[in-house]
Amino acid sequence: MTINAQAKDGQIVMSRRRFMVGAAGFTFGVTVGLPAVLKLASGEALAATSKDVVVNAWVTLSTDGTIAIMSPAVEMGQGSLTSLPLILAEELDADWARVRIVPSPASDAIYGNPLFGGLQYTAGSAAVTGYYKNLRMFGAQVRYVLLENAARHWGVPFGELATIPSVVLHEKSGRRLTYGEIAAFAQIPSKAPEITPDMLKKTSEFRLIGKDVMRVELPTKVNGTAQYSIDVQLPGMIYGAILRPPVEGAAIEKLDDSAARAIEGVIEVVRLPYGVGVLAETPWTAFKAKNALKVTWARNARGWGHSNEKGFRTFTVAAHDLSRKGVAWEQKGDALGAMGKAKTVIEGEYRSDYAYHAQMEPLNSVASVSAAGDSVEIWCGTQSQTMAVTAAAKALGIKPERVTFHGMLLGGGFGRRGHRDEEFVVDSVLLSKAVRKPVKLLWTREDDVRNGRFRPLYVNYMRAGLDDAGHIVAWHHRVACDTVLAFQDPVRYSTSKGKDNIAMRGTELPTYNIPDRLSEAVQVDTGMRTSSLRAIGVGPNKFAIESFLDEVAVKRGIDPVAFRLELLKNSPRGRHVVEEVAKMADWGRKREGRGLGFAYIDYSGTQLAAVAEVSVERATGQIRVHNFWTTIDPGIAVQPDNVIAQTEGSIVTGLGLALTEHITIEDGAVKESNFYDYQVPRMSDMPEIHIKLIPTDNHPTGAGQMATPLVAPAIANAVFQLTGARVRQTPMLPGQVKLALLEEETKAA
Amino acid sequence: MSQTITTTLTINGKRHSVTADPDTPLLWVLREQLKLTGTRYGCGVGQCGACTVHIDGKPNYACLNPIKDLEGRSVTTIEGLSPDSSHPLQKAWLAESVPQCGYCQSGQIMRAAGLLKDNPNPSRQEIVEYMSPNICRCGTYIRIARAIERAAKEA
Repeated sequence: MTINAQAKDGQIVMSRRRFMVGAAGFTFGVTVGLPAVLKLASGEALAATSKDVVVNAWVTLSTDGTIAIMSPAVEMGQGSLTSLPLILAEELDADWARVRIVPSPASDAIYGNPLFGGLQYTAGSAAVTGYYKNLRMFGAQVRYVLLENAARHWGVPFGELATIPSVVLHEKSGRRLTYGEIAAFAQIPSKAPEITPDMLKKTSEFRLIGKDVMRVELPTKVNGTAQYSIDVQLPGMIYGAILRPPVEGAAIEKLDDSAARAIEGVIEVVRLPYGVGVLAETPWTAFKAKNALKVTWARNARGWGHSNEKGFRTFTVAAHDLSRKGVAWEQKGDALGAMGKAKTVIEGEYRSDYAYHAQMEPLNSVASVSAAGDSVEIWCGTQSQTMAVTAAAKALGIKPERVTFHGMLLGGGFGRRGHRDEEFVVDSVLLSKAVRKPVKLLWTREDDVRNGRFRPLYVNYMRAGLDDAGHIVAWHHRVACDTVLAFQDPVRYSTSKGKDNIAMRGTELPTYNIPDRLSEAVQVDTGMRTSSLRAIGVGPNKFAIESFLDEVAVKRGIDPVAFRLELLKNSPRGRHVVEEVAKMADWGRKREGRGLGFAYIDYSGTQLAAVAEVSVERATGQIRVHNFWTTIDPGIAVQPDNVIAQTEGSIVTGLGLALTEHITIEDGAVKESNFYDYQVPRMSDMPEIHIKLIPTDNHPTGAGQMATPLVAPAIANAVFQLTGARVRQTPMLPGQVKLALLEEETKAA
Repeated sequence: MSQTITTTLTINGKRHSVTADPDTPLLWVLREQLKLTGTRYGCGVGQCGACTVHIDGKPNYACLNPIKDLEGRSVTTIEGLSPDSSHPLQKAWLAESVPQCGYCQSGQIMRAAGLLKDNPNPSRQEIVEYMSPNICRCGTYIRIARAIERAAKEA
C-alpha cells in the first residue's frame, strides 16, 4: 500500500495486512451486510497481537497511542481520504495528531457507501454525505468500548468517565488512561455496543468536524513523492500500449503488425477481444509500436456514422415529439393536465455538447499475473476498488479473492474511473496475462481523448405553464441525450427500472414551489462511449432550467433574483444563499459594458447560488467572465477550507464546460486528440472568484462538484442581460455567440 | 529500429549516464530509467506542463527534449528542488493547501520556481502570464497564484 499516510508528515508507509490480519493463522470476524454494524474482534485477537488491537474493521489501536482508521473512499483530490476518518475520529474523541489513515481494502460489504447501495464507489460528491452517519457511529462504538474497559480496570461506574482527546478521565479520582494504555489490556466485546443518537456529540461539541486539518497526503504532493499508478515500479516490469477501435465495439477486420514488430525493443503484439496491445521494453517503444499498427476496423458497430450534428438533429426531434412518452424522472402532481389549463405556455430549448474529463493523469494501470495465470496483483487509480477487483477477476476467469488490489492516488477522476468494466485495468491484466510479467499499461493523452467516454450530448426541451398572475403552475422538462448509465454501469442500470441517474439528475426541483411538474428522459443509444463527468447530468440540465427560468422572468417582467426568491418561498436555506450572493455581487448595480447573470441550484440538498459578471466582444462573440460570486450551504462543512477549494475547482470546471470544451464526433470517431484541440481553462482564463461558505447544522450533503452546474447558466443569463441575445448551447463558442447576437440585432431591427 | 545511445548529463547535481533510443524524451528516461517519478506525463506535446523540469536552470518540458540533445546538460527535477520540501514554494503550497489530485503540481512548482528565479516579486498579472502554460484540471489556479505570492513574500 503506498498511500497510507500518517496525519503528521504523510510519509509513513504501513502494511495494510498488519491491521487486517494481525498475525498469521489468526482471523477475526466482521459481519457483512448493510448497515454495516460491526461484529468486533474477539478477545483472542488481543493475545495474537502484542502491539495492535483491531477494535473493529475501521479502527486499530496501538499501545503506543497510534490510532489507525480506515478510509473507504479513494483520493482524487477531493479530500475524502482525510475527511472520512476525521468524522470517525470526532466521535472516538481521538487525538488527531495520533491518527494514521489507512486506505481500506476492497470490500463492498464492509466499506461500501450506503448511498450507492453499499457499493465501494467514490463518486457523486457522495462520500461524506453517504458515510457520515455510520462513521460517527463506528467512532462512538470504539469510544464506548474504551470507556467500558477503563471502567472495569478502575472498578468505577461507566457513567463517571469522560474523554478528552485520546484520554479517558475519571474526574472523581483524578485518574487518567490514554487510549494507548487501554489498548494494552483492552477486551474487545464480540458484539458492537449499541449507540443511540443521544450518545453522539452535539455539533457544538465538535473538535475536528468544521475545523480545517491538513489533508494527509498533501506533503507528498509538493515534493514528487505522491504515488499514482503511473509511478509504480516493479522488478522485471515491461510496458504496454493499446490500440482501441475508433468506435466502441468495432471488431478487427485486418491487422498488419509487421512494422510494429520490427521496432527494436518490441516484445510482443497481442490481439485482444476489443483491440490490439503491444508490449515493449520502454514506454516510448510501446507508443511507437502502437502507432505503427495498421488495423482495418469492421463497420459492425452502432456508433459508425454518428456525429454531433446527427445527435442534435435526432435528439431535437425526440425532445419535441410529445407523443413519445419518456421515462419519468420526477413526477409531482399532474404536470400535463396543469399545462393544459395554464393561461400561457412558454417554451425553451437548450443544448450541451459532448465533453471530456481530461484528468491530468492519462489512464494507466499496472498488473502482474502469476506464472500459473491463476492470480493477479493490480495497481490502479480507480473510483471503485471493488469494481476493479471484479473486472480483473472476470478478465482472467478467476475468483476475486485471487486478485490483490493496490489502490493508488488518482491523478484526477471526475467520473472517468468509475465504469463497471474498468477497461484500463483490464488492459493491463490481459497484457500481463499474455507474457506473465508485470506490465505497466499506459494510455497516451491521445489514447485518453480518442478512447474517451464523454458527457453525453443533450437537447433539453422545456415548457412552463403560467397562470393569470404569471406564476408557474406547470413544468415539463424533456431530456433527450445519449444513454449513459446503461453503458457506464450495466449492473446499476439493471436495477434502475430504466432510469438513467447520470443523465437525469438535476431535473428534480425539490426546492422550487412548482406543484405540478414532470421531467422525463427520451434517450437514444447512439453507440457513443458515454460517462459520468463532474456534475453529471446536473450540468446540462441546470443550464436548461436556470436559463429557462431567466427567460420566464423576463417574459413576466420580474427581476431574476426576485423570481427565484418567490419560487423558493418554502426553502429558507435556498432563499438564504440567493440573498447572500445577490448582496456579494451587488446585484442591483449596473456595470458599464458588463452584464450580470444569476443561477440557483439545489444539488443533492446542497444549496448554491451564483452571479456571473461578463463582457462580450461583439466583433468575435468572445465571452469574458470577470467576476464569479458563489454561495454554498452544504449543511455541516466537515472540512470548510476543503469545501471552498472544491467549490473553486468546480467553478473552474464549469467555466471550461461553459465556454470552450467540446468533443467533435465524425463518423462515430473522436476528432480531437490533445490539449491543443481540447481547450481546458488555464490560469489566464480565471475570473475573480468570490466564494462564501454558509455552513448550517444540517446533514452534510457534499461539495465536490456542486458549483460546476451554476457556471453555464449564470454566464448565459449575464450575456442576455448585457446584449439581449440568448445563447442556447454549451460550450458558448464565439461563433455561436456571434450568431445569437446577430439574430438579436435582426429581431430588434 | 534506431540504435541506442549513451548520454551523460547532470540530474539534481549528480552525473548520470543513460542508454536509450536517441529520440526518447527526457521524461521517460527520468521516470522509468532513473525512477524519478515526480516529473509527470500529461500530454507529451508541451501543452500541459505536468513534466516541467529545469534544463540548465530554465523551466522546460521533459516531454519535448529528446535524450540525444541533453549530453552534458544539467537537469533539475522536483526531487532536486530541495532535499526536504523546504523550498519557499513548497512551504507556500502547503500553507495555501494548493494541491487537489496533485498530479500537475510538481510541474506547477517547477514552473513557479523558474518565475521566482527571474522575477522574485512578480505581480499577479506576471504570475498569470507566466503560469498559464501549465494546466491544472482540478482548478487550483487561484491557490497557485496565492502560493507564489506568499513564497515571494516569505522567501
